[in-house]
Amino acid sequence: MHKSLFKKALSNPLAYAGFIIISLIFLLAMLAPLISPYDPNEINVKAILLSPSLQHWMGTDGLGRDVLSRMLHGGRVSLLVGLVAVGISTLIGIILGAIAGFYRGWVDVFIMRLVDVMLSIPSFFLILAVIAFLTPSIINIMIVIGLTSWMGVTRLVRAEFLSLCDREYILASRTLGAKDVRLIFRHLLPNSLTPIIVSAVLGVAGAVLMESGLSFLGLGVQAPQASWGNILTDGKEYIQFAWWLSLFPGLAILITVLGYNLLGEGLRDALDPRSGSQR
Amino acid sequence: MLKYLIKRVLWMIPLLIGISLISFFIMHLAPGDITSNESAFNPKASEESRQKLREMYNLDKPVIVQYGLWLKRMATLDFGKSFASHQKPVFWQTIDKDGNVTKGLIQEALPITLMINILGLAITLILSIPLGIIAARKYLGWQDRSITLFNFIGFSIPGFWLSLLLMYWLGVVNNWFPISGLHSLNYESLDTWGKIKDSLSHLFLPVIIPSITGLAGITLFVKNGMLDVLHQDYITTARAKGLAENKIIYKHALRNALLPLITIVGLSIPGLIGGSVIAETIFAIPGMGKLFYDAVLMRDFPVVMGILTIGSALTLIGNLIADVMYAWADPRVRRGVVKG
Amino acid sequence: MMTNTSHCLLKTVSTLLISLCISACGSSDYAANSDIDLNKSFASEAGGSLINAMTGEPSGLISMIAGESASSAISSNIFNSLLKYDKNLELEGDLVERWQISADQKTIVFTLKPNLKWADNKPLTSADVLFTWQAVTDEKTASPYASDFQLVKKAEAPDPLTFKVTYAEAYAPALDSWAGLQILPKHLLQGQDLHTTAFARKPVGSHYYKLDSWAHGENLKLSRNPNSVLGQAKIEQLISRIIPDNSAQFLELMADNIDYMGLDPIKYSRIIPARPELQQKLALYKELGNSYTYMGFNLKHKPFDDKRVRLAINYAIDKQEIIDGVYLGLGINIASPYKPGTRWSNPALQPYPYDPAKARALLKEAGFADNDGDGILERDGKPFAFEIVTNQNKEREKSAVLIQRRLKEVGIDVKIRAIEWASFISRFIKTGDFDVVVLGWGLGLDPDQYNIWHSSQQAPGQFNFIGYNNPTIDKLLEQGRVELNPDKRMKIYHEFARVLLEDSPIVYLSAGYGLTAIHKRVKGIDDPAPPAGIGHNSHEWYIPQPLRRNEINQ
Repeated sequence: MHKSLFKKALSNPLAYAGFIIISLIFLLAMLAPLISPYDPNEINVKAILLSPSLQHWMGTDGLGRDVLSRMLHGGRVSLLVGLVAVGISTLIGIILGAIAGFYRGWVDVFIMRLVDVMLSIPSFFLILAVIAFLTPSIINIMIVIGLTSWMGVTRLVRAEFLSLCDREYILASRTLGAKDVRLIFRHLLPNSLTPIIVSAVLGVAGAVLMESGLSFLGLGVQAPQASWGNILTDGKEYIQFAWWLSLFPGLAILITVLGYNLLGEGLRDALDPRSGSQR
Repeated sequence: MLKYLIKRVLWMIPLLIGISLISFFIMHLAPGDITSNESAFNPKASEESRQKLREMYNLDKPVIVQYGLWLKRMATLDFGKSFASHQKPVFWQTIDKDGNVTKGLIQEALPITLMINILGLAITLILSIPLGIIAARKYLGWQDRSITLFNFIGFSIPGFWLSLLLMYWLGVVNNWFPISGLHSLNYESLDTWGKIKDSLSHLFLPVIIPSITGLAGITLFVKNGMLDVLHQDYITTARAKGLAENKIIYKHALRNALLPLITIVGLSIPGLIGGSVIAETIFAIPGMGKLFYDAVLMRDFPVVMGILTIGSALTLIGNLIADVMYAWADPRVRRGVVKG
Repeated sequence: MMTNTSHCLLKTVSTLLISLCISACGSSDYAANSDIDLNKSFASEAGGSLINAMTGEPSGLISMIAGESASSAISSNIFNSLLKYDKNLELEGDLVERWQISADQKTIVFTLKPNLKWADNKPLTSADVLFTWQAVTDEKTASPYASDFQLVKKAEAPDPLTFKVTYAEAYAPALDSWAGLQILPKHLLQGQDLHTTAFARKPVGSHYYKLDSWAHGENLKLSRNPNSVLGQAKIEQLISRIIPDNSAQFLELMADNIDYMGLDPIKYSRIIPARPELQQKLALYKELGNSYTYMGFNLKHKPFDDKRVRLAINYAIDKQEIIDGVYLGLGINIASPYKPGTRWSNPALQPYPYDPAKARALLKEAGFADNDGDGILERDGKPFAFEIVTNQNKEREKSAVLIQRRLKEVGIDVKIRAIEWASFISRFIKTGDFDVVVLGWGLGLDPDQYNIWHSSQQAPGQFNFIGYNNPTIDKLLEQGRVELNPDKRMKIYHEFARVLLEDSPIVYLSAGYGLTAIHKRVKGIDDPAPPAGIGHNSHEWYIPQPLRRNEINQ
C-alpha cells in the first residue's frame, strides 16, 4: 500500500524533484567523511576568510576552516537533528493520540487539554527553558524540538483513531474480545500510518528550519561542531562581503526544506488529492 | 449552544491555572535569577547586594510560595512590576503621586506587534486567496505547479537570511526603504501624511517577509478547500445548469471554500500577539517577541509570566472563537462541534 | 475579474523581483553625498548631531542601581562624579576643584567648584554629594556598588562647598570609587524610592548633556545642557538608536544612518579596508581596553591543584595564534592583569612562550603518560580530559577551539561547552561545578583586585570562584589596599603580578583592542588614542556645518 502511494506521489513532477533533492542531500551527507576535502575543524590561521577558489570551493571561514567540508559535515548534523526530532515527536504523538482516540472518555479529555496547554505556551520558551537546563548539545536539541512539537501528530492520530474505531470491523472485533494492544497495533495503527508519514515528512522540514532559528538565538548546535544553522548564523555578520559564508548554508537549508515540503505535499496529494491541509 | 459555551469558558480557568503553574516551574527550572545578569559580574558588585535584591523580589522563598504570591496578585489582575526595567509595570501604566506616567511594558509592545501581524495576515490573505483559486482552477497545470513552488520556496528560506539580504538590497544599495527601526529620527517634525508614509515604509520589510514565508500554508488551504467544493454535487448541478464558470466559482464555490479559513484565522490570534524574536531583533522593533526573549534571558519573572498568561488566555479564547464562528457560519457542523 | 487582479499581482511581483535583481547588480552609489572632501580639515564649530547605535536599552539612568553598560553609556553624559580620569588616566577634579588627604590617610576633604548648577537651575552643593553617598549605602537601595562606600565611617557636608569623608582605616581605592559615583540631585530624589522613581527615566543632571526624549525600544535623544558645570560641548545633539542585531547596525552604518559603531576584527581589518566607498567615509580607531581574556582553572579540582599541570597547559597554548586567529592580530599578549603601558603593569614580566616540548615534559613529571596509545595521557588509569565552559561570546568560543586543538597535541582531551550567561553563572560559576573556564575580566582603573584573588573571596557568588589560595598574594593584596602612596603601591602590585604569573592560576590569553568606526564628518578625535581612549574628549568633537546631515537639523 505504501509503495503504491509513493509511486503515485512520484508521478507528480514537484514531488519527484523533492524526492531527488532529498536523496542527493542524504547521499552527500552520508559520504561527507569520504568526500570532504578537509577536516571540517581544521583551523588555519593563515587562510582566514578566503573567497571560493579551486582549493576551497566554498571558501574559508573566520578561523580558516574549509566551508565545503563544514557544510558536508554540518549537513549530517542538520539532517540528523531534523530526523530524530521528528521521530521523537511522532512517537509521542502516536502514543498519546492512540490512547486518546482509542479509550476516549476522561483520558481523551485530559490528553487533548494537555495539547491545548502545550500549544498555548510558546515553543521557544519551552525550548529555551529546557536548553538552559540541559545545555545545548546535539542530542538535547533533538529532544527539545521533539518534545515541543508532538501536539499536531497527537491530534492527527486521535482523529484517525476516532474515525477508524467507528468502523464495523473494529467494533466487531472489540465486542468479540480482541485485546486492546492487538487492535491498536494490528488494525488501527497500520491504517492510519500514511497521514502520519506525510506529517512526519513535513515535520522534518520544520525541524531543519527550527534548528537554524535556534542557532540565530545562540541556542542551536554549539561550536566547534558545524551545522547549517550555525554556519549561516556565523556568516550573517558578513553577508555583503564574505557572502560565501551565508549563501551556501542558506541555500542548503532552502533546498532541503523545499525538498521535504515538495515530497510531503506530493505524498499528501497522492494520499487524497482533495484533503484539506491541516497543519 | 449556550451550555456548551459556558462549559468551554469554565474549562479555561483550570487550564489557565495549569498553564501558569507549568510555566512558573519551567521558568524556575532554568538556572539563575535576575541577579545573575552580566552587569552583576563586576568585581565591584558585592554578593550581599545581590542577596538583598533577591529578598526584595521574594526570590529567596521556595518556588511554591512565590507561585502563591503571584497567584494572589493575579487574582486582582495585578501583573506586577518588571525586575529588569527599573520596575516598569508589566502590563498597564501607573501614575505616581507627582503625576509621572510610567507605561506598561506590554502596553507599549503589544500595539506594535499587533499592527505588524495584522498587516502581515491581511497581506497573506490578499495574496493567498487569489493564488489558491488559480491553483485550484488550474489544478496540476503549470500555474498550479509554479504557485506551489513559489510558495514553498518562500516557506523554506530561513527568515533572518532573507531579511538581511533584502535589508541590504532595498536599504543600503538602493535606499528605497529604511533598514531598521519603527520611525525616522525626525518623525515628530513630519506632518500627518509624512508620518503615515514614514511608518509604512518602516513597516514594509518586517511585514512583507513573514507574509512571504506564511503564504504557503494558507494558499494550500484555499486551494484544497476549492478543490473539495468544486467536486461537490451542487457545483456539478450548477455546471449542468449551464451557469458561467466564473459565476460558479465566485458565487458558490468560493464562499464555501473559505469557511474553514475562519478556523485558521481564529487559531492565529495567539500568534498575532506573539511576535517573532528573530524578526524583531533584526529590524530593531520593540515588540512582544523581543520583550519576551529578553525577559527570559534576564530572568525577569513577572514579565515572562505576564506575557505567558496573556498569551495563553488569548490562545484559549481564540480557539473558542474559531470553533464558535465556524459552527455559526456552517450549521452542518454545529452539532459536531458541540459534541467534540 | 478576480483572475485578472491576480494576474496583475503576479506581474507586479515579478516586475518587482526583476527590478530588484537589476538594481542589486547595478548601482552601488549609496555613499553619494561626496562632493565635499571628508578628509579636509575644518574649523571647530558648535552644532550638529551625532548618532550612534547600542544593542541594549538602558533599564534606567540611575547607574548606582542599573549597572549595565547601556545605562552608564548614557548616564555618563548626564551626570558628573566628584573626580574623573584625564587622558593619561591620572585623577583630576570633575565636580571638585581640589581634594586633600589627611596625614593618617583616613580622611579625604573634597572642595567643590563654586556656583555649580543642576540642569533645572537649582544649585549643586555638597548636600547633594552627601545625599548620593547616603543613597548608595542605604540598605534599601541594595546598590551592587555599595561596598566601597560602606567603608566610609563618617561623611559630612560642613558647608555647601565642602564634603568630607572619614574611613575606619586607610583605603587606597577610595579616590577611584569617588570617580565612579555619579552625583544625584537631592532636591528631586529625597523621599523617593530609587527603584521605582520616574527620575530614572527623566533624569536631571549637571554634565554636558540632558535627556530630551526617550522612545522606548527605539532611541534616546540628548541635547546640550546649558548649565553644564564644565562648559559647553561642541556637538548639539547626541542620539542613541537601539539596534539589537550587529548585522543590522552595520547595514545602518553603511547606509550612513549612524555615525559611530563598535566593530569586530573582521570588519575592522578585512571588510572596511577592502571597500573604497566605506574607507572613504569611515575613520577607524583602535584603543586598548581595560579587559583581558583568560582561561581559569578550578584549583579545587584535580589535577589543576598541581602547578606543573597548570604550567604545562600554559606552555601548550599558542597565545599568538589566538591573537592572530581570533583577533586578526588586533590584540596583545599580556603577562599581568593590568593594562600594558599603565603604571600598574609590570614591564619586566614576559608571557609564557608556546613550548609544547616543555609542556610534555612537565606533564610527564606530574605523572601523566599515554599508556594505552590512544593519544590521550592518563594518570592512575584515568585519561586527562576536561571541559572548557564559556559563555556565548564569539571570541571566547573561537579561543576555546584553538586551545582545544593545541591541548590535543600534547595529549589532553578537551571538550567545549558554550552556554547562555545566566545559566553559566548560576550553574557553573556559583556552584564551582566546572574544570576550566574561558572568560574575561573587565577592570576598573584602580589596581586593587582583592575581590578576585584574595582567598577570603571564595563563597558562592563571590569572584574568586577559581578557588585561588596563596598567602603571599593575600598579603600583597592587603598591603595594596591601605597604601596610598602611588610609588609604593606600584611596587606592591608589580610584585603581586609577578607572583601571580609564576603561580599560573590562570592562563592569560590576550587583551583585544576596542575597535571603532566613526564617520569622517566627526572631527576633533585624538588619533592615535591616548591611554584613556578616544572618548576622553568627546565634548570637543565637532561636526562642521557642510558635513552635517540635512534631515535632522531642519
